[in-house]
Formats: sequence, structure tokens, C-alpha cells
Amino acid sequence: MVASRAIGSLSRFTASRTLRCSGYICRSFTRASALLTRTHINYGVKGDVAVIRINSPNSKVNTLSQELHSEFMEVMNEVWSSSQIRSAVLISTKPGCFIAGADLNMLNACTTSQEVTQISQEAQKMFEKLEKSTKPVVAAINGSCLGGGLEVGIPAAFDMMLTGRSIRADRAKKMGLVDQLVEPLGPGVKPPEERTIEYLEEVAITFAKGLADKKITPKRDKGLVETFYLTEMTSYALSIPFVRQQIYKKVEEKVQKQTKGLYPAPLKIIDVVKTGIEQGSNAGYLSESQRFGELAMTKESKALMGLYRGQTQCKKNKFGAPQKEVKQLAVLGAGLMGAGIAQVSVDKGLQTILKDTTLPALGRGQQQVFKGLNDKVKKKTLTSFERDAMFSNLIGQLDYRGFEKADMVIEAVFEDLSLKHRVLKETEAVIPDHCVFASNTSALPIGEIATVSKRPEKVIGMHYFSPVDKMQLLEIITTEKTSKDTTASAVDVGLRQGKVIIVVKDGPGFYTTRCLTPMMSEVIRILQEGVGPKKLDSLTTSFGFPVGAATLVDEVGVDVAKHVAENLGKEFGERFAGGSLEMLQQMISKGFLGRKSGKGFYIYQEGVKNKNLNSDMDSILASLKMPSQPDVSSDEDIQYRLVTRFVNEAILCLQEGVLATPTEGDIGAVFGLGFPPCLGGPFHFVDLYGAQKIVDRLRKYEAVYGKQFTPCQLLVDHANNPNKKFYQ
Amino acid sequence: MTSLLTYTFKNLPNTSKWALRFSSQTKSKKTLAKPNIRNIVVVDGVRTPFLLSGTSYKDLMPHDLARAALSGLLHRTSVPKDVVDYIIFGTVIQEVKTSNVAREAALGAGFSDKTPAHTVTMACISSNQAMTTAVGLIASGQCDVVVAGGVELMSDIPIRHSRKMRKMMLDLNKAKTLAQRLSVISKFRLNFLSPELPAVSEFSTSETMGHSADRLAAAFAISREEQDEYALRSHSLAKRAQDEGLLSDVVPFKVPGRDTVTQDNGIRPSSLDQMAKLKPAFIKPYGTVTAANSSFLTDGASAVLIMAEEKALAMGYKPKAYLRDFMYVSQDPKDQLLLGPTYATPKVLEKAGLTMNDIDAFEFHEAFSGQILANLKAMDSDWFAQNYMGRKAKVGLPPLEKFNNWGGSLSLGHPFGATGCRLVMAAANRLRKEGGQYGLVAACAAGGQGHAMIVEAYPK
Repeated sequence: MVASRAIGSLSRFTASRTLRCSGYICRSFTRASALLTRTHINYGVKGDVAVIRINSPNSKVNTLSQELHSEFMEVMNEVWSSSQIRSAVLISTKPGCFIAGADLNMLNACTTSQEVTQISQEAQKMFEKLEKSTKPVVAAINGSCLGGGLEVGIPAAFDMMLTGRSIRADRAKKMGLVDQLVEPLGPGVKPPEERTIEYLEEVAITFAKGLADKKITPKRDKGLVETFYLTEMTSYALSIPFVRQQIYKKVEEKVQKQTKGLYPAPLKIIDVVKTGIEQGSNAGYLSESQRFGELAMTKESKALMGLYRGQTQCKKNKFGAPQKEVKQLAVLGAGLMGAGIAQVSVDKGLQTILKDTTLPALGRGQQQVFKGLNDKVKKKTLTSFERDAMFSNLIGQLDYRGFEKADMVIEAVFEDLSLKHRVLKETEAVIPDHCVFASNTSALPIGEIATVSKRPEKVIGMHYFSPVDKMQLLEIITTEKTSKDTTASAVDVGLRQGKVIIVVKDGPGFYTTRCLTPMMSEVIRILQEGVGPKKLDSLTTSFGFPVGAATLVDEVGVDVAKHVAENLGKEFGERFAGGSLEMLQQMISKGFLGRKSGKGFYIYQEGVKNKNLNSDMDSILASLKMPSQPDVSSDEDIQYRLVTRFVNEAILCLQEGVLATPTEGDIGAVFGLGFPPCLGGPFHFVDLYGAQKIVDRLRKYEAVYGKQFTPCQLLVDHANNPNKKFYQ
Repeated sequence: MTSLLTYTFKNLPNTSKWALRFSSQTKSKKTLAKPNIRNIVVVDGVRTPFLLSGTSYKDLMPHDLARAALSGLLHRTSVPKDVVDYIIFGTVIQEVKTSNVAREAALGAGFSDKTPAHTVTMACISSNQAMTTAVGLIASGQCDVVVAGGVELMSDIPIRHSRKMRKMMLDLNKAKTLAQRLSVISKFRLNFLSPELPAVSEFSTSETMGHSADRLAAAFAISREEQDEYALRSHSLAKRAQDEGLLSDVVPFKVPGRDTVTQDNGIRPSSLDQMAKLKPAFIKPYGTVTAANSSFLTDGASAVLIMAEEKALAMGYKPKAYLRDFMYVSQDPKDQLLLGPTYATPKVLEKAGLTMNDIDAFEFHEAFSGQILANLKAMDSDWFAQNYMGRKAKVGLPPLEKFNNWGGSLSLGHPFGATGCRLVMAAANRLRKEGGQYGLVAACAAGGQGHAMIVEAYPK
């Protein structure tokens, strides 16, 4: 997604004069098309309307490839030259997808920005010809229509260009992107998907005819700027250069603030729009294609495209279908995590038991699930009826009734080994033989939890991230004894819950927690060296982390951070050393547990948006102050001290076999820990930034702080051999 | 012997050629009586004229209309009031003052105050539910004589204060002191005054029925022209039936303060050209469902007298018909909202051991032309039967010459709660007039539900 957004985001800025209609259905369904003379486009004439059907072969989606371009131009030329044809309809025969944007493989195959510019110019020519078409062209859009796909039918609006938002069909109509909506049909005498497309085509044809006969006039044939700033007053204001300059400035500021300058595309888009408006559309087109070419060659673009591919891979179950599909799920513990897991299960139609030991705790968890669903009703992504039906999938209880029918139990009780042991034994006494027992823990080794199990092959780790309904990642942890079918079942459930999944080997901290911990240790040391939490936050966010490092400690919880740091510190010894745990200890004793207790490094108050520093922290920080090392304390050094420790540990995880692939390492770091997406994850980062440079950095810090910064063997190997890459 | 035959019948797949031949051979002889189950008959039934909402009935309350139907039934059948064991009425939009409209109407019509009455609701098949509840009471031996009916008055609907306003008024009721009252009133905002209308859309999907009907018609590729033609047929047939005096279930109603109403006023045969001029009513601008090919908002009430056969005979009645097997079905309220008849028809036929060929009179509720035509297409589609109904083959198309021959809901009108009894009486009266043996009644209802029932002519 990220990548396709980045690419699709470069858009034209003038409106076409076509009338379009759209509908949406979200089922994936592929159908063999009839005999085609062309491979991507099939075209027929109904009365005086040309119907152009797009259908890329052997793919679930249509993408803007070079073949599609050339066939499309061929067909359009026929349409324009034929005297019999008075209007045209553009439609995809793939249910659920119009055009999903540019073909990533095509862009990937380009080695220079000139090649990409060339492609972009060809596409522009196509769009321009469409826009200037003397015969009305109706785009009938059924399903996803992203990036360049949107351009084929629709001029993109400002806001969407910049952030790549997904827009629902009804909102698109309101925004004026589309002119008519066709709602998906139910069953008739053929499959609903098929009939819906036929119907869409029929409706589009009547519109095309109506346009050609001038019976219908497209309501909106204004330029983009007019559609964006709807009223006449603002359109007048925009004709004044000074006002325009102010708007450019404002938009740039906003973009700068949101992206921290780490993502080059949005600023270039503004630049292109500016050129187009100030110097005319030809200059705009030229500038657009050139900037697009440049962008496609950037590290950011490569990182994001890599991430996109990785995400696609982590949305598949490589362990195959489980022998028995999980129909009845049970979650132990109705805390933040347990309730979150329940929520993402019931809203996908999984029957879920939520069990806790006390009524108030259970009630809190049930309320959390309800609130999560109800918030979607408020945002109109769910109806209240759908919410109720989903909430009915949840059964809250205090005992083990019904566990004899459970296919999977996910425990999310407190992070305490003896408690987890007790719960495991209690559960195994009541569940059926085939039932999988999954433990949601961020650091306790699954193997240790499984020691008390009668059936360790059915025990697995499922590490969710908080808040469960927002965080996409699920880290699944297998022990030596975990069976393949158990893993397949866990991955299957995770995918049904909508997660992006990495499967890692058991070990202290697994993969994600293990990478984060040395970085956190460095965070404490940096704080001790006198860098304030605010400064530290701004250094980390400006590097691309979505959440600042000090804020992250508050979010995770100081007690949890200390617990993990202590445990892993024992396991990994010196490599995980750095800051003094005394700081966390003192915070805990004062009740500064982070967001959950209202105070941590910052003060958290309901309804107060700007968080203030917790001044009571000053004395703690002062008492633990260490001298800073001037050689390694520049802003950049501080950023790299944090990142290199993270990256080094990630690569060590691959070296030790905790990680099976670099892809999973990147996906885990970006989606679970907020590793800067523009860097593509630790492994992409090493590939793109250069292993040697990272080793050099590590050596520099090693000289000051010692073993914590010793680069691991695999990283050294990569540095020694520049041809070695994690991604070939 | 008969029962044995019926039994074998029921176990035969209804598409078997043998069964077809066999059933046509035995057609005029076989009756659908079941062993050890009482035969239940409709002695007779009546209805008030069905009127467009906002016309002559507009100042009445629902129980007034229901009372008119009950009085009409008493008059038509001369049944002694104290013989009636039970009264059941169906209604959809409830008048809050008379939430058990059956009881209020019965008391007013002069039934014994010792005769209990209750009201049922099941959207457009509410009075079907009233009748089948009566069948259940009689079959189980709890009652011998039950009056079933239905009523709907769309001229007046309960428009409520908004929830916020209601809450404030209730709080105000509880407030004891002036200070408390003032504090409650101080919370008043102007938007509290916006009223709340009874829902016209499905609660579960938020889609109006007309919108769903339009999508249904599109799903079955039914054109605007086909829909208009069907609506015209309905109006033309209704007009002819009215002119020929076939609508014998209608009883005149002297509306207080107005003239006596003697006939339905929604029957308006137009021309296809006129109908083509109308704009789509729901999916604009390209939909196909219009005001002309939809049923209109209607006021009306109906009632039937249902008895155990031996009771009716003992009392000297000549019943009109037997009420036989019936079936309720339900399906997806979003995409198959109005396909109830398609689902119910094959099931009820199978249950009764009949096939489409055995039916002499079809009386289907016409909510929309598009809905009827979609149901006909669905019943005629093997693909639909196999993929959505879990059946091997389609049930088949009802022959149009036996279908709603005296008009239907599109032309006669459709008072939601009262249509079911009209369908049963139309089937019974048609069988007597046209000489057939079996009638099939079917209807769709909001909520994605449906109903079908076999009506068997009482031997002359």
C-alpha cells in the first residue's frame, strides 16, 4: 500500500471533462475472459457506444503497464477515428478492481530516472488525450482505483494526492470525484459479481449515450482547484498570485510538519502543481514526469516498494491450511491486550469467549471491545446493526464453560511465568485434544511456558502489539516442539484477524522485543547523559520513527520496560547494557508508570492534547546524571547510536536463525516497532545505506562504550563484501 | 388409504416424472387431509375497501377500520358472537394508543368481552401470521372457532418526539421541585424538537424497500418496460374484476362523517406511455422502480372466520376452503429482501406433495412489479435454485394465466397488516369461481422473510 500510494500520488492537476460513475464491491473473484484479440483490453461496440474492457491477464488486479498503455492508445485511436462511435465506456472486467495503479514490476525494472520519466510521459500523453477527447468517455469503476488508475477516470484532488488516502465510493461522490454511484447487486440468475459489472456497464452506456446526445451534461467541468475550493469566492481569491503563494506556503509547512522532510514525494507534488498553475500545463506535465522519474530512483522509493512486497508476503500462510479451521476461540484475560485480541476476532466473525477472573475486570474488557466497535459506527465504517451482530460473537464469562469446544485458546494474562503456568494447566484440563494453546507475551520464552504442558506441540506464542486493533503486526513464536499444524493454525487465525505476520523462533525477547531492548537501554543512557526527553523525542521522530523514544517508554509502560530489560539483560549480559535500570526503578517507586498511570516522562491528562514534561522527573534524572561523551553526542550520533544498536541486534537475530528471512525482520521492525518506514526496515536500511558505513559507526561507538556496539559477524561479512545484499 | 398415498407423495422429489404423471391423474380426487390432524376451514372472509392513504379513511384510527372488518364478517357469516373462541389481528405500524388493536376492535365490534384477542406483527405477512396462528390453535385442539384479520392505517402514523426530547420530558416528570424542573428545562436545545418518524428502511441494512427492489430488479436484469407492463396487467385485471363484481370479499363501510365507501380506489389502469414518463422513485436517476410499478400506501382491514371443519359443519356452514400446509422462510435481508415467495413456494409444495402443475390459482403479494418478476425469474432458474436454495433444480414458473387474475397489491392496494387475508380469500373465491382445487398464496415481507400457504377448495 505504502508504495503504491507513493507512486500513485503523483497526479495531474487539471480536470477532465468526462462523466464517470463508480460503485464498489470488495470481493476478490477472478473470471476467465472470453476470447481476446488483445491481451489487456477487449473492446466492442454497443450501438454507438464503444465499450472498452480492461483485463490484465494472469493477475487479480489491473496495473498500468506498458502493454496496457499501448493497447489502450490503439483502442482509443480507433474510437476517435470511427464515425460510428459517438461515446465510450471504460470498464474493468475484474470484479473489485478498476486499475490498481502503476505496475511496480515495471518501475522496478527501470534502472535510471530517465526511463521512469519516459514511462511517465507516455502515461501523461494517454491521460491528456483522454482529457481532450471530443467524444465523451465514461469510466465505470468497480472496486479499487488507485494512483494512475484514478487518473484514467478522475482528476485527483489535492489532499488525496499528498497522503494517498483511501476513499470510499460514497465519499468520492461527495467530494465530486465521481458523478454517479452504482450499488453492488445481490444474486440474480448469475453470480452477483458478474452481474454487478454487467449492470455497471449498462448504466455507464446509458450515461455515455446521454452525454453524446447532450441529454445529460456533466455537472462538473471545472478545474481541480475549483473543485477543491468549492465556492466562487475562494476561486476568485485563487486568481490572485499573492493568495496562491500563501496557500503553497501553508501546504508546504503542513507537509513538512507531517513528513519531517523524510518523504520527498509530497513536496515534489506541490512543486509540480505550482509549476502547472504558474507556468501552464505543458510545463507542469514536463515537471511532473521528471520529478516522478527522480522519485522512483530514490532510496525512499526503493525502501517503500520493498516494504510493500514484504507486506504482501507476510499476508500469506506459508504453512498451508490448518487441518482444522478455528471456529471457536477463547481469550484468557480481559485486559488491554486480551480485549484487543477479542475485538479483532469478533469483528471478523470468529466466535470468541473472553474469560477473566473478576466481573469488574471482565466488564472493562467487554466495554473496550464495544467501544472499539462503536467508534467505527461513529466513523460510519460500521452500521449499529453490524456492530451488534459482531458484539454478539463475544461471550464474556468467569469460568471455563464452553472451553471443551474451543479450537484455540489465546492467553493474555499478566507477564508472570508462574501465573502463565497455572493458567496453562487449568486450561489444558478442560480443552479438547486438538485445541491450540497460544500465549500472548512480549518477552517470556514460550519454551519455558510450555514446560508444564502435557502437549507442547500444541503450544505457541502469539505476540500482539498494543493497541491490538490498530497495530498491524503479529509475531508468532514457535518452539522446537511446536508442530507445523499448530503454526499453520496460528497464522491462519492471525490472517483472519487482519494481521501482517512474521514467524520467528523462540528465544528471550523473540525478535521484536529483543531488537527494541538494546535501543531502550541506549535511550536511558542518553537521558542520563543530559539530553532531555523532548529533545530525544524530536531526534527520533526526525529520523523517521513515528513515536519519540521517551514517549515510547511511557506508552509501553515503565514497569514493563524494566521487567523486559531485566530479563533480557540477564540473558544477553553486556551487549544489552547501557543506561542504568535504576532510573526505571525510581520511576516505578514514584508511580510514574507512563501513560497508564497518568505520569511518566510526560504528564497525561484526559482531554489535554499537548503533553507537558513531568517536572518531578528532574530530580531522578539529576541524581543519575552521567557525563556525556562529546565525540559521540552530536544530534546525528545520538540518532545513530539508537538505530545502529537496533539494526545490529536485528541482523544478529537473522544470523542466529531467530528470523527466517530478512523480509520478516523488516516487516516486524516497521509494523511492530515503528522503525522508520522510509528506511524500509533494518535490512533494507543496511542494503541501501551500506553495511560498511554502519560498521564504521558501530566501531566508532564501540571505541567509547565497548561491546554493546560490537558489530555482529553477519553485518561484518556484508561490510567486507559489498556485493552481499539481504535483498538481491 | 388416502393418507398413505399422501405420505408416499411427500417423499418423492417433486421433479420426478412419475410424480408429475401420478399427481395429474389423481388431481381432482386427492385431498390434502392429514391423518390425526383436524381439517381446518375458512368459512368466509371480508375486507373493507382498500383506499389510498389520505383519502376517506384519513380521520379514522386503526381499530375503527379493524372494527369495520369484524362487523362486516359478523354480518356476512352471521356467526354468533359467543361462539368465537379467540381473535387475532396482524398489524405493522402500531398506533401506540391501541397497541393490542385486536382487543380494542373486538370489544367495539360487540364480540363477547370473554373472547381473548391478541395482535401479531410480521411486516407484510402479519395477517398471514394471524391466520396460521389460528390454524395452530385449532389444530392443537385449543380452539374451534377463531377470527383472524389484519389492519393498517397509513393515513396516520405515530410520529414521536426525538429521543432527547422524550428523555427530557420523562426527567421533567420525575423532577419534584421547581429548581429541579428548571435545571431539566435548561438542557433544552432547539434540535430536540425534530421529530422521529417510523422507520421506512430495513433496520438491519438501513436500505429502503424500494431501493432494495430496484437493486433486485437489476440483479435479475428486469427492464423498466417489463415492470411497467406487469403493473399495467395488475391494474387492468383488477379493474375487470371490480367491474365484473368478482371482488366479493369487499364489504361497504359507512365512514363516520363521510359517504359510504363501497370499493377500492387505487385501481387506475393507465397506459405504458404515461407510465414511462415517471422518474425513478428510489435509485436516481437510472433506477427502474417508479411510483407506477410499486404498490402504494394503503389503508384497509380484513378478517376471516376460521373453524375446525366438523364445527363448521355442525353449525350448518358451507365453508369456502381448507387451509392446508404453510411455510415461513427467511433469508438475507440485504440482497434477497423480497425473494420470500421463491424460497417458500417449493418448500410448501413439497410439504403438501404437490407440484407447480397442480396449482390452479396463484395469489402472490405484489410489493413491486420488479419484485414479482424477480421472483418469477428466480423460480425459473436452476442456477439460483442450486446456488442459493440448496436445491437440485428450479421449482418452475407459475403459468401467468393462473397468476393474480383478479389484480394484486399493485392495483388493489396493500395495507401491510391486512394483505394476507385478502390473498387467501382471493384464492378461495377464484377456486370456487374458476373451478380449480388448489390455490397457492405467497408473500414477501420486510426483514427478508416470506410465507406460502396451500388453500384447497372446499368440495361443492
